[in-house]
Amino acid sequence: MSTLSVAPAATPVRSRRGRWYRQPTLMAGLALLAVIAGMCFAAPLLTSFNPDTQNLQEPLASIGQYGHLLGTDQEGRDTWARLLFGGQVDLRVALLAVIFPFIIGTILGSLAGYFGSWVDAVIMRVIDIVVAFPFFVLVIALVFVLGSGEKSIYIAITAVGWVSYARITRGEITVAKRQEYVLAAQSGGLSSPRIIGRHLLPNVITQSIVYAMSDIVQNIVAIVTLSYLGLGIQPPTPDWGTMIANGQNFLTTQWQLTTIPGLAVVITGLALSLTGDGLADLLRPGSS
Amino acid sequence: MGRMSFVFRRLALLVPTAVGVTIITFFMVHLIPGNPAVTILGEHATPATVAALDRQWGLSQPLAEQYWRFIDRLVHGNLGQSLYYGVAVSGLITSRLPTTLWLLCYSAVIAVLISVPVATLAASRKDAVRDHVARVVPMLGLGMPAFWFGLLLQTWLGTKLRLFPVTGYGLGFTGHLQSMFLPSLTVAVALCPVLIRSLRASMLGVLGAEFVTTAQAKGVPAPRLLVRHVLRNAVIPAVTVLGINVGYLIGGTLIVEQVFSLPGIGSLMIGAIFERDFPVIQSVALVYGVLVVLVNLLTDVAYVALDPRVRFDA
Repeated sequence: MSTLSVAPAATPVRSRRGRWYRQPTLMAGLALLAVIAGMCFAAPLLTSFNPDTQNLQEPLASIGQYGHLLGTDQEGRDTWARLLFGGQVDLRVALLAVIFPFIIGTILGSLAGYFGSWVDAVIMRVIDIVVAFPFFVLVIALVFVLGSGEKSIYIAITAVGWVSYARITRGEITVAKRQEYVLAAQSGGLSSPRIIGRHLLPNVITQSIVYAMSDIVQNIVAIVTLSYLGLGIQPPTPDWGTMIANGQNFLTTQWQLTTIPGLAVVITGLALSLTGDGLADLLRPGSS
Repeated sequence: MGRMSFVFRRLALLVPTAVGVTIITFFMVHLIPGNPAVTILGEHATPATVAALDRQWGLSQPLAEQYWRFIDRLVHGNLGQSLYYGVAVSGLITSRLPTTLWLLCYSAVIAVLISVPVATLAASRKDAVRDHVARVVPMLGLGMPAFWFGLLLQTWLGTKLRLFPVTGYGLGFTGHLQSMFLPSLTVAVALCPVLIRSLRASMLGVLGAEFVTTAQAKGVPAPRLLVRHVLRNAVIPAVTVLGINVGYLIGGTLIVEQVFSLPGIGSLMIGAIFERDFPVIQSVALVYGVLVVLVNLLTDVAYVALDPRVRFDA
């Protein structure tokens, strides 16, 4: 909403809803997100332990034992340190994994929406086919055939995730392209890429940005699940999924090993969902 | 357009999607780096077994020929041989499909049983405390890894409190109901946020309708108004949301079956990943794809059947 030339009708809506920092849901989400990301990326300041250093003298320490804030895992590695450094990895991968589908989906969705006819038909058929597979089934199968690891995660999530952005963008552009400003740009002789990129997309991209927030949540859960199955982030790199998997045999004695990394995922998901909800309220006045 | 011709048109649209689903599962073999047969069987495979797998997949033939053979086998119900179990994949799948279907239906029921009251409470007083709670708390479910929640339920309600069996499928209908409660609850919790949100939104939409105002003016008591007038009309969009999200629901069952050791096709697929049993992975992905396409069809049909106001232009 950075353009000043918005229709006057938008002004009262905006003043009634208040500015972005008055949106409680958005602020709660952003604050929580800032705390989580800040802690993960300031990890060296918050712990003196190395997340990968094994200490076989102190395996499965309880909370607070031997100076380990959250205890240690079965190899004596500090849980708090692994939680923070693992968060770095998961947050980075989840964020990167949302960028590629966002770009590809937006481009294909714009083409389908703007040009219609056979371009639209072909892209929509492909979308129908991809959404026929449950997200996890296709991602797991793709990561399996491509081989475990970070690169496969990006490819698999992109191959499956672009369809949502394509659908959203297509829907928005199909409506927006009939508006007068687009007709004006067309009769002014502007090229199609320019009309799409400079005139249509800035007006319709907000929906995709809102969706991207819930998509990052889905990505984090997918990455953690893949790592839990041993297909995702490869050991010894710390990551929340591997931590949950490693701790599951000690759930009755050292509950924190599995519970804490899972809680980290849930709270990160909550922060992103709140942010997405707040953004939606802010950017789409009228629909709550 | 009549009811039947709507169903037939919808069925016709199914054909390109079904073909696409087979194309994607077919091409999975070709995404495997190197010689797929060698990669799948591992370094210690004998040349004879590699040659046998090569022959089964027909990897040395042209792509079109390979795809034709793949389809030919499919229509004859032949999904190939499992590399690990050494039996026909189709047999493995048919013996395990009922568990997965049970889990799917059970979790859908639990999700509805949780979502309807929560959404009704939330919509009954918009922007009140109960509305905010009903909007924020389910958000916890959105980022909840199903396997993690399953593990916690299993440990606390199963092992520690001994309220439910920890693993297994159970015997008979009541056995299933009891044994599959925890896994179904795990799957349902992931679906609830989506369901509650859409139910709440559609109930708020119905609350603004004129017939509700009329009912209020006639003095219909609030609970009766909510249940008889609003909920009944709001449930129809929710059925669609449930149908659209069946892929999401299935994604949840995959991991949950593994955690609770349920003999379904999800745990079959995950087991196959550990055993590098590619034909099983490919076939289960195909079955899931077909399942989703069928459920989407059923949802569309149920939608027109439930709501007499729906017009039949597909």
